[in-house]
Amino acid sequence: MSEPMLRLEGVRTDIAQYHILHGVDLDVPQGQVTMLLGRNGAGKTTTLRTVMGLWKPRAGRIMLAGRNIAGQDPAAIAQAGVALVPENMGIFANLTVEENMILAAVSGPIDPARLDWLFTVFPPLKTFWKNPAGNLSGGQKQMLATARAMVEERRLYLIDEPSKGLAPAIVSTLARALRDLKAKGATILMVEQNFKLARALGDQAAVMDDGRIVWAGPMATLAGDAGLQERLMGLSMEGHA
Amino acid sequence: MTAAPDHTPILQRPSIRVRMEPWLPVLLVPVLVLLGFVSIANPSSWLTLTVSGLAMGMMIFVIASGMTLVFGLMDVINFGHGAFISFGAFVGVSVLIALSALTGAPSLMLNLLALLAAVIAAMAVTGAIGWGFERVIVRPVYGAHLKQILVTMGGLIVAEQMIHVIWGPKEIFIARPEMLKGSITLFGATLEKYRLVAVGFGALVFIAMRLVLRRTKIGLIVRAGVENREMVQALGYRIRRVFVGVFIAGSALAGLGGIMWALYQELITAHMGNEIMILVFIVVIIGGLGSVEGAFIGALLVGLLQNYVAYLEPKAALISNIGLMVAILMWRPQGMSPVIKV
Ligand SMILES: Nc1ncnc2c1ncn2[C@@H]1O[C@H](COP(=O)(O)OP(=O)(O)OP(=O)(O)O)[C@@H](O)[C@H]1O
Ligand SMILES: [Mg+2]
Repeated sequence: MSEPMLRLEGVRTDIAQYHILHGVDLDVPQGQVTMLLGRNGAGKTTTLRTVMGLWKPRAGRIMLAGRNIAGQDPAAIAQAGVALVPENMGIFANLTVEENMILAAVSGPIDPARLDWLFTVFPPLKTFWKNPAGNLSGGQKQMLATARAMVEERRLYLIDEPSKGLAPAIVSTLARALRDLKAKGATILMVEQNFKLARALGDQAAVMDDGRIVWAGPMATLAGDAGLQERLMGLSMEGHA
Repeated sequence: MTAAPDHTPILQRPSIRVRMEPWLPVLLVPVLVLLGFVSIANPSSWLTLTVSGLAMGMMIFVIASGMTLVFGLMDVINFGHGAFISFGAFVGVSVLIALSALTGAPSLMLNLLALLAAVIAAMAVTGAIGWGFERVIVRPVYGAHLKQILVTMGGLIVAEQMIHVIWGPKEIFIARPEMLKGSITLFGATLEKYRLVAVGFGALVFIAMRLVLRRTKIGLIVRAGVENREMVQALGYRIRRVFVGVFIAGSALAGLGGIMWALYQELITAHMGNEIMILVFIVVIIGGLGSVEGAFIGALLVGLLQNYVAYLEPKAALISNIGLMVAILMWRPQGMSPVIKV
């Protein structure tokens, strides 16, 4: 396998005086979807935010396509090709859907073909194009947050729990969009609590607990081993799958 | 999970009520004008006061617009904003005095040319001072409100003393350019020409700002940054640079407001900026911190109320504006056009 798109080596992050990440080692292979799993408070969001530069790691290396981006500011990391769909979505409520998208297209006007694709996968964006994003429903906001990250091709997409609090119909819309993105060869690191979705989209899986990666391997291995799931996440997904 | 069921998401438009709500505050301006008409009961005085109130409101808006953006974008309370008003006034007035050959000529063209030179000089100097002010005074105290208040107040005192050193401790009288002196009569009301010009000019500044904020990418970045700085950075924009730019622009606008105010009063003092700042703070607060539209409406309300009440009950003018602030905050604690923050 070629060099991973993203490699974390011994990443430690503190928030205020708390040690949150205790040395995270993680590979995100190019062109694949890596699912970051783990119980609440395990440090998944902190890991994504550290990669994005929103938290500065105290130690460790974060290699993006072979270059260490640890400690750079978020704007520089974004320009290096990383897009984030944050846990709280981070949409600009006072701006229209259109303005949100224009801002996300950092390198120039939005490519019309790309926009057409986004309208196909997220129809409400077209419907509410000129409306303030703050008026969107929760699911529509999540679509906008995801579309914003997808508006230009990026080296790495960081997506934090897109299915959180959404109705099944919206989750399947999102799943389809992400599958489309993956089909375009995108590299994705995604946090997902919904194991059904994680398993449907993920090629690789990494399980976190207490600020460390405690297991990493192919998603198929994890999905096929109920005992492993239970041991790692305290979950038995078989009944739900 | 296999083939997802093909549910189309529900496409429901927000109700009219939700969509109209942001526009409610705009209605306050005609309501106040109407109230003024009823309580003043003298149409020509009312018209004079309305124009004068609008002129004052426009000037306050020009000053407040930069302040509200600085606060919204970087959460910086700048008590030194008044210094830029005073500096703008002194620099602009110096230019006008130096160009008295142009201002004294009975030619609108030459008068406007002199005014333009004064405005450019005032804005350039206050913009430059703003740049230094941000670097030296504001930058070390990001995120610390109490320090910001103390340090920017210190900056204000230093600036006022510098004006005393450069221009002397006395107030300076300034005559308006020849063609802007006097007044016109409309429906029996006496309307000072300069006030009409100030209203038009202030409206132009508002329209220009709106265009920049709505139609340009940098404007979008500023509006988005007021809401969620972190996300703007995560999209790849260096918010610090944007902020320095906004600080400079805000300082230059305060300088512009200063020269406008100087010609309104025909008199300038080192502490004039600080005196206006009371009204500016009221406007920024009732408008909603970070909202240029809110500041615009708030400034018109404050200017009009100030003039109407000064006519009806002179002693109550400032109190009335504080009353307005209390009333609006009781209605909308975040100000009239709150910027949703994350
Ligand atoms: N801003 C913060 N200040 C202090 N502690 C924080 C902050 N953000 C996160 N933490 C702590 O860091 C730990 C990891 O949080 P994180 O948000 O990364 O978990 P997570 O795995 O994303 O959880 P969830 O599944 O609930 O989203 C938690 O113990 C949390 O309390
Ligand atoms: Mg999380």
